[in-house]
Amino acid sequence: MMFLLPRTGPLIAVALSLVLSLSGCAATRTSALPPEEPARHTLAEFSDDERVADIADPWEGFNRSMYNFNYRLDKYVFLPVVRGYEFVVPTLAQKGISNFFSNIGEVRTLYNSAFQAKGTKFLITFGRLLANSTLGIGGLLDPATPMGLRKQHGDFGQTLGQWNVGAGPYLVLPVLGPNTLRSAGGSAVDAGIRYALLGVIDPLQGVDHGEIILAGASALEAVDMRHRLPFRYYESGFPFEYDFTRFLYCQWDELLLSK
Amino acid sequence: MKRRIALLVLWLALLPASVTAADDYGYPIPGAYEATILGTPGPLKAPRPERMTVRQIFLDISPALQRPDVFFYDEGLRCTLAYQDKRAPLVFLIAGTGADDQSQKALVMMAALYRAGYHVLTLPSPTHPNFIINASRSHVPGDLTEDAEDLHRAMELAWDRVKADVEVSGFHLCGYSLGGTHAAFVARLDEERKVFNFRKVLLVNPAVNLFNSVNRIEGLLDRIPGGPQKIGAYFNRMLAKVTDFYRRGDYVDIDDNFLYAVFKAHLFTHDESGGLIGLSFRVSLAGMIFSSDVMTNGGYVVPKNRVLGATDPIGDYFRVSVHLRFLDYFDEYFYPYMRKKRPGLDRASCIASLGLKSIEGYLKASPKFGAMTNEDDFILAKEEVDYLRGLFGERARIYPRGGHMGNLEYRDNMADFIGFFKQE
Repeated sequence: MMFLLPRTGPLIAVALSLVLSLSGCAATRTSALPPEEPARHTLAEFSDDERVADIADPWEGFNRSMYNFNYRLDKYVFLPVVRGYEFVVPTLAQKGISNFFSNIGEVRTLYNSAFQAKGTKFLITFGRLLANSTLGIGGLLDPATPMGLRKQHGDFGQTLGQWNVGAGPYLVLPVLGPNTLRSAGGSAVDAGIRYALLGVIDPLQGVDHGEIILAGASALEAVDMRHRLPFRYYESGFPFEYDFTRFLYCQWDELLLSK
Repeated sequence: MKRRIALLVLWLALLPASVTAADDYGYPIPGAYEATILGTPGPLKAPRPERMTVRQIFLDISPALQRPDVFFYDEGLRCTLAYQDKRAPLVFLIAGTGADDQSQKALVMMAALYRAGYHVLTLPSPTHPNFIINASRSHVPGDLTEDAEDLHRAMELAWDRVKADVEVSGFHLCGYSLGGTHAAFVARLDEERKVFNFRKVLLVNPAVNLFNSVNRIEGLLDRIPGGPQKIGAYFNRMLAKVTDFYRRGDYVDIDDNFLYAVFKAHLFTHDESGGLIGLSFRVSLAGMIFSSDVMTNGGYVVPKNRVLGATDPIGDYFRVSVHLRFLDYFDEYFYPYMRKKRPGLDRASCIASLGLKSIEGYLKASPKFGAMTNEDDFILAKEEVDYLRGLFGERARIYPRGGHMGNLEYRDNMADFIGFFKQE
């Protein structure tokens, strides 16, 4: 979503190869058990009711592998880093860092509001960006929210939806997690636009080691993003968590189209 | 995720406007279902501690246990410990039906106890998948005596794990909802085993009889259009109402403000609110039935001998399980299991064994017990509320309203809650 994509490329490649190897071992079966017998209750019994939480998922096998992969990636990589970050960095600074990246993210909402021809959303976001960048000391504080300018949602996936592009199948991406084909495509476009904007604006022009600083900022942004998301894979211990996550994500994705 | 499900049900929820009460009890929400869903409004909540030192522990209770691949993510029984840096009493806390050690209610109680100076160790309910997989020897939840043995064993192991790091001056026990009923049985077992010698035991909104309470919750689904068999259509209809409401209004996030707006708009009738509670109960029950069935290879909703892998689609098992009534589970799965264990056990005695009455002699004689519940807690029949009054006398606090656990966070309730453990 907010990653500076060129630098996450190798990570995704590593992730993909890991997933493929993991999904391989998940398929092993023991053949020691006697043959299957039908269950006492089956879906046929309840066919006269509507299906609950029914989301088409043609890539379910892949998606579940990826969901499980993300669980492991979180457990062994991201969460230890986030815990270290939360331990070392003072809470007030964490808040400032979150506000800072959130403020930069307003740019995305801004141009997508324009693409969607949503005047009010555009103006609110413009006001937020202005207030937070100036009064909010370059985005470290968020005075806009108490002023009544609430943060809006806007990304290219939403824009595509409002241009009547269908959501497409559910898709769990490595690192980024639950998506639809549409939102995944939208994220790629947003990342491209961001890369282009960075090239034009070139915020670190003439600064020594600009590349390294930018890489550091990207890493910090990734840590901050995970820090802000309370979701933890399989934390619920509920066997149908994957199905519920899918359902809630797709509902939310559709709901956002009305905004 | 439980939290997300709770949130989903929450934001699906709601009800008639605020009340002027004829009594001096300040909890504001009049409807039992509405109170249960909404909880306590922010300004009326008891204060939380500024910070809390918390640690999760994972207990490998049966080292020989082979976890099926479909539960590959399970790392052992999860308990949460909040500990003081000084000598203090420790309160064991047992969660309610389908809830785990980090359920919202468990965390609220943990925070209040911690603020009052206690160590707290929370455990999942024996009906939660994590407990069924790891801590239940039979993997079949519901037999209160057996659940209590499993709980007691888990508590001993948990205590063993943390006792080097916390200084404890004594033990208390607490449980909410079905966890309250469990707490009574665990306390009785501990009198024989003499491990913790609990000084105080508090049952918060307990079920007097598991079978009766569950049937009362299920009864909430009888009043939805089409009845319990049309639970899918009902859910979709309620969801459509909420999404439509969201689309039409000027809302950005789905948060407390949105929920409150839903509440003020009377989006759901009283019966529909009740149905949401029944539905959320069924969702928990589905997780319990599926987990138990997989662990026992019972052939109940999953074909017998089928081996489910980590990436197999299992959504249809949810759709089957969510349609099963507790009565189905009881008559087709639980009671046959009990009969196998105790041949000759008739159905009525089996049901009677699932309640406080089966140990009332002990409960009445022991001064360590106390209970908190509400007149309008719909998991209890009127006679059952009176029964608690008779059983615990002065030590039963019955509030005029609050539904099932809805008034837990209300500051007066929290003060009474802490007060119970303080008066030794």
